[in-house]
Amino acid sequence: MEQKLKSKDLLGLADVSAQEITLVLDTADSMKQIVQRTIKKVPTLRGRTILNLFYEPSTRTRSAFELAAKYLSADSISIATATSSITKGETLKDTAKNVEAMGIELIIMRHPVAGAPHYLAENVSASVINAGDGMHEHPTQGLLDIYTMREHKGRIEGLKVAIIGDIMHSRVARSNIWGLKKLGADIILSGPPTLLPKEMAGLGVNYTYSVEEAIRDADVVNVLRLQKERQDAGYLPSLAEYHKYWGVTKERLALAKPDALLMHPGPMNRGIEITSEIADGKQSAILDQVTNGVAIRMALFYLMLGGKEDE
Amino acid sequence: MNRLILKGARIVDPSQEIDSIGDILIEDGQIVKVAKEIMETAETIDLQGKILMPGLIDTHSHFREPGFEHKEDLESGSLAALRGGYTSVFVMANTDPIIDNPAGVRYIKDRAREIDLVRIFPVAALSKGMAGKELTEFGALKKEGVVALSDDGVPVENPQFLRLALMYSEYFDLPVILHEEDKRFSGKGVMHEGELSMRLGLRGIPAVAEETMVLRDLLLQKNYGGIVHFAHISSRGSLRAIAEAKKAGQRVSCEVTPHHLLLTEEVVKELNYSTDTKMNPPLRTREDMEALGEGLINGEIDFVATDHAPHHPDEKDVEYDFAPFGIIGLETAIPLIWDRFVKPERMTVSRFVEVFSMRPANLFNLDGLGTLKENTVADITVIDPDRFKVVNPDAFASKARNTPFRGFGLTGWPVMTIVGGKIKWQDM
Repeated sequence: MEQKLKSKDLLGLADVSAQEITLVLDTADSMKQIVQRTIKKVPTLRGRTILNLFYEPSTRTRSAFELAAKYLSADSISIATATSSITKGETLKDTAKNVEAMGIELIIMRHPVAGAPHYLAENVSASVINAGDGMHEHPTQGLLDIYTMREHKGRIEGLKVAIIGDIMHSRVARSNIWGLKKLGADIILSGPPTLLPKEMAGLGVNYTYSVEEAIRDADVVNVLRLQKERQDAGYLPSLAEYHKYWGVTKERLALAKPDALLMHPGPMNRGIEITSEIADGKQSAILDQVTNGVAIRMALFYLMLGGKEDE
Repeated sequence: MNRLILKGARIVDPSQEIDSIGDILIEDGQIVKVAKEIMETAETIDLQGKILMPGLIDTHSHFREPGFEHKEDLESGSLAALRGGYTSVFVMANTDPIIDNPAGVRYIKDRAREIDLVRIFPVAALSKGMAGKELTEFGALKKEGVVALSDDGVPVENPQFLRLALMYSEYFDLPVILHEEDKRFSGKGVMHEGELSMRLGLRGIPAVAEETMVLRDLLLQKNYGGIVHFAHISSRGSLRAIAEAKKAGQRVSCEVTPHHLLLTEEVVKELNYSTDTKMNPPLRTREDMEALGEGLINGEIDFVATDHAPHHPDEKDVEYDFAPFGIIGLETAIPLIWDRFVKPERMTVSRFVEVFSMRPANLFNLDGLGTLKENTVADITVIDPDRFKVVNPDAFASKARNTPFRGFGLTGWPVMTIVGGKIKWQDM
């Protein structure tokens, strides 16, 4: 197997092969060892330059990318839209061309518009990693979720993964579906009918509006964040009713396999889509996801910026 | 006396059921004779191997003047029309200021006369400021030369307003052109809603957003009268409803754009979120596209209109959601329909002339247009059915470049456009 990714960019898991996903996961294994050391710094990407370009707020994703760069000794800068020329009306294309002119080799972008990373990637020669574009994809989250599942279960093929919540608006759900399908998992989706488009079945997944049915015998229960604005937009009568019908609780989790893994991409709305009891419980892998998020991003930097093993 | 003989072309004019090789004599801007052979002394142009037809009429263009001249203006739009083989163009009223009063109409007419390229027919707004509340002065507008009324660009949301507008317009015999879309469904949508929009993570505009308004307005027309023309229909459901109403004798008609006839939503993915695939109504499914093609061939759809919607390249060179809706169409309409419908014999040349010239002229009462009858104005389009060219927007006369057809290799292009007996453009 060739030790690199085919494309210069990582825009979505829909576009990468099972082999490439496995390569990233395997590479992340060695990166995780670095993260777990006391001295977490290797010189692998010394002198390489990375930009975090965030058009939407983020805590976890952005910190993970920044730390991943630091651990590999790459130099990274971050631009948050509120403090940049973007507020002066500069276009994405101009912003990107300018930072590229300063020598940036890899741009990580989060953007509210689906396809914005594709547009960016067409306009710069730097590599682009999509850190979330609209409702489209969040491939690094998908990878870290899959990595966490594989770490705990030893495999992906044949796992029954239930994804619960606002499927329609979720880029995390889409990236999970693409990646997991490629590695042979069985996926079942559940959520309110207004937030679970039946067209999703076209992706080769099952769906049910009954959360109990979705969770029954699952190996993994991945709970999505519910945006509170969905109530104002008429998708839901109330958060309380959402919790009552689709909230993942101890009782519902008990329907899954006894050793089922509970996951959530964060930030959590405790007491709405997930209860604290289980989020902080034994089956929860939620903090592992965060640790693994750093390892996955290190693996991607390594593969995309072409670090050498012997450096 | 100014005389011109067009010699040896295949003359196709369904208004007289002509489809044969022959000559045309033009004198002082009028067609004076159409015959198998005209032996008179006059400047003669040999058109052997070409197809000659009544000048094409586009009932749906946005020339952006006044107010948005960076996108297009009456002159650049007219040049684009000529190169596309069009002799007449309806310009929509959603300019700045909006054309909702006689002075605005007079401005357009005066500018068109100065430019003197194609015939420009202003469409005036249906409501003042396109706000959907107060009627514009239909009588005064008609007197000034308006051929139809439309708030195109925005739908007429209030059914009571439209009811009154239809009742009032009937007296003035002015067709009302409707852009059908219930914004409460389409919201912030940017492409057709379905499995693909869900995959691409783009917000959807469901076909229902159009169909629900088509159904509502068919009901209004049935009950309250008026002449209704549905602009740029995009879905099979809209077509079915309109076809049924036409069959039942309602005074309604509809148009379809070349892009809805030839493209599906898939191009949003194929062109990697290119904003040249973003227009309203959006490109829909293969099933919709095929139904529209059938409808155009069998007469359920009255004619082709471009919805020529130019935007400055910078405005389209942004993220998908941020780009304005619309693509240009005047310079590609003929070769697209020729190559995909006429050449493979899905459509006869005679039907082609009907849907590009005769039918719009009849529906909008454009006396003397859409025909090659003797003693009518000599508005003529000549097509070379064998010419092959690759669509190259960089060479367009339009100021805009926003087309998804870049790189399409097409056979059948206009080579000469004659307006009022004058050769306004040619590429022989």
